[in-house]
Amino acid sequence: MPEFKRPHALADVTTHYCPGCTHGIVHRLVAEVIDEMGIEGETIGVCPVGCSVMAYDYFECDMLEAAHGRAPAVATGVKRANPDKFVFTYQGDGDLAAIGTAEIVHAATRGENITVIFINNTTYGMTGGQMAPTTLPGQVTQTTPYGRDTSNEGFPVKVCEMLSQLDGVALAERVTVIDPANVRKAKAAIRKGFEFQKNKQGFSIIEVLSTCPTNWGKTPVEALERVKTEMIPYYPLGVYKEGAVR
Amino acid sequence: MTNNILLAGFGGQGILFIGKMLAYFGLIDEKEVSWLPSYGPEMRGGTCNCSVVVSDDPIGSPLVDEPDLLIAMNTPSYDKFIDTVVKGGKVFIDSTLVDAKCDRTDIDCYYVPATGLAAENNMKGMANIILLGKLLKETGIASMETVEKAMNKVIPPKKAHLVEVNLKAIKLGMEQ
Amino acid sequence: MAEKSLMKGNEALAEAAIRAGCKCFFGYPITPQTEISAYLSKRMPKVGGVFLQAESEVAAINMVYGCAGSGIRCMTSSSSPGISLKTEGISYIAGADLPCVIINVQRGGPGLGGIQPSQADYWQVTHALGHGDFHALVFAPASVQEMVDTVTKAFDLADEYRMPAVILADGLLGQMMEPVAFEDVEIKMSDASNKPWAASGHGGKRKHTIINSLYLKPDELENTVRERFARYEDVKAKHTEAVCDYCDDAETVVIAYGSTARLAKSAVEAARKEGIKAGIVRPVTLWPFPVNEINEACKNAKNVLVVEMSMGQMVEDVKLALNCSKPVEFYGRTGGIIPKPAEILAKIKEMGGKN
Repeated sequence: MPEFKRPHALADVTTHYCPGCTHGIVHRLVAEVIDEMGIEGETIGVCPVGCSVMAYDYFECDMLEAAHGRAPAVATGVKRANPDKFVFTYQGDGDLAAIGTAEIVHAATRGENITVIFINNTTYGMTGGQMAPTTLPGQVTQTTPYGRDTSNEGFPVKVCEMLSQLDGVALAERVTVIDPANVRKAKAAIRKGFEFQKNKQGFSIIEVLSTCPTNWGKTPVEALERVKTEMIPYYPLGVYKEGAVR
Repeated sequence: MTNNILLAGFGGQGILFIGKMLAYFGLIDEKEVSWLPSYGPEMRGGTCNCSVVVSDDPIGSPLVDEPDLLIAMNTPSYDKFIDTVVKGGKVFIDSTLVDAKCDRTDIDCYYVPATGLAAENNMKGMANIILLGKLLKETGIASMETVEKAMNKVIPPKKAHLVEVNLKAIKLGMEQ
Repeated sequence: MAEKSLMKGNEALAEAAIRAGCKCFFGYPITPQTEISAYLSKRMPKVGGVFLQAESEVAAINMVYGCAGSGIRCMTSSSSPGISLKTEGISYIAGADLPCVIINVQRGGPGLGGIQPSQADYWQVTHALGHGDFHALVFAPASVQEMVDTVTKAFDLADEYRMPAVILADGLLGQMMEPVAFEDVEIKMSDASNKPWAASGHGGKRKHTIINSLYLKPDELENTVRERFARYEDVKAKHTEAVCDYCDDAETVVIAYGSTARLAKSAVEAARKEGIKAGIVRPVTLWPFPVNEINEACKNAKNVLVVEMSMGQMVEDVKLALNCSKPVEFYGRTGGIIPKPAEILAKIKEMGGKN
């Protein structure tokens, strides 16, 4: 029976995340994959602006903090200069799907050999719960006080569906971490992403449907339930694209 | 001694090429040189001009707006620049393409039917070189030895077979 | 001495970057600097380097951030509107203390402006190259050969002081050909080997590095900025440069940088031929600004003339430098029009009777 302990790649520090937030689980999964592949010393992570802005303190590999939305460009710079190293970005939905849309689309279409961990929790967490590009129709946020009205705010961006259309993408998979079975699937997806990178086979993105109990105004358990009942029907889990592009 | 040279015509007539040749004449003869093209949308199809300065002293302005030598290869360029030539300047006009005759008496104008000569002598696209030959004859700006050296610099090795015909065009211009 | 050949400023600069150990270039097309990208797209793959055309100027400067953050010598280039887009990234680069070289081949502005030569980005490059308290090294070469010679210096000082370096050219310098020679240069610090701060993978040999500009505690941020400004003082003391000609007995000192300085020098030499005591100062570094050099050169002057291809930007720094000790006048053309030496000479003559 393996001992349950902190992965080496996950720093032994207290994170600033709220109770019930799933960032911690996803951090751990990334760190476990890095440990299992034995690549901590060869891995460089790029953090976003958003709740995970300080993830650079939570991973033991070398880290860069990017400007809002620019992580895929920063990761491109690191990767092109260091093609044999592992490079991942860790981005939220505002960062990746609003201000950084150009950067993610073009990193993907170039088939940039990086792995993107994309946290979709349908809100801007750090700034206090405003509408995100992924906010569901009708969802109340600080800036959609009457619910997201698609005639005014338009529709949510379905990132995996969108990126799966691009030839440079080796893996686009949507997972969640709301229960142990899904956590295992999420980890397997992250591992797959890093393996594609290892074999220089193209761009990989793992979208993780996540919670934000604080800004959703829910308890942690209610938040998990919302992922199941509201988010998954709109953002179906599964593999949208898989296969080496080169 | 400074030559302020302005070369003007349509894009595709080889204006920049003869500019480069003139700049290399200066470089080979160990003078100070600069070459400045017009750039932007006009270089894709419209009028094109190129300033070349050859001098014994360091060059201040690479932009020539008062040339002492002008090559005009079309009517718009002739019209635009003929009055900017300084007193005592020399102007070389492709008279196949430019009908105008200059009435200035303080400059020397040379009318060479360069485009026609090129067509007659199986030198299509070398009207520019013929005019350059005429300029060499009237100014003595460079020796034939320098011209040959420059030609070998400007024409890439892959197109080395074109050196000979270009030199012929120079000579044809010098005969005019 | 290396053989001279004729090269466009943009291409010569690009070649010089490779020779200075630049391993990666990230750019986006814009007139009048596109030859830099075109040249490097041809050359970089042949020397084992990276050329990447980014999806935007914003992406390009952030690629530079990542590449520089991993310790590799890299560069981007653009022209005025594109530099505006890059300013976000430049601020982060300064905030994370990363070295890189940024080329601005200036064109007219504001907005799309024009594509002809201009010096209207002086304020931006020296005073506001992004948000926050920081400076970039700014070099203003005045010839194609100087563009080449500046590149190595820019990379070396950027690495030494861990700060962005800008080479401020303009359409004239970028597009013109002049004879140029490439001397062999010693390449220092082009990779991560002398950069213990770089995020290039710790290999299990050290604690992890973090490239970052975020400091949520005000005292930490203040200390970081103060430390950076202490480095700036060292740059000022050691690396401020200006070229002064005919200034010893000059009654009118002309001050101009970059391509305008060539035109101004022609005017000054013409003035001297007419017996007018004119001199010229050409700031080679715009940041740090050659305050002492200007004061020294203007010691005996009755008045000072600043010439720029703008409505007058550097003239404010000249006035600050001279601190009201001399009357300062301005002559400029803008919109892509290059001031003629004759116009500058006329202005010098006009000032001759004044003190």
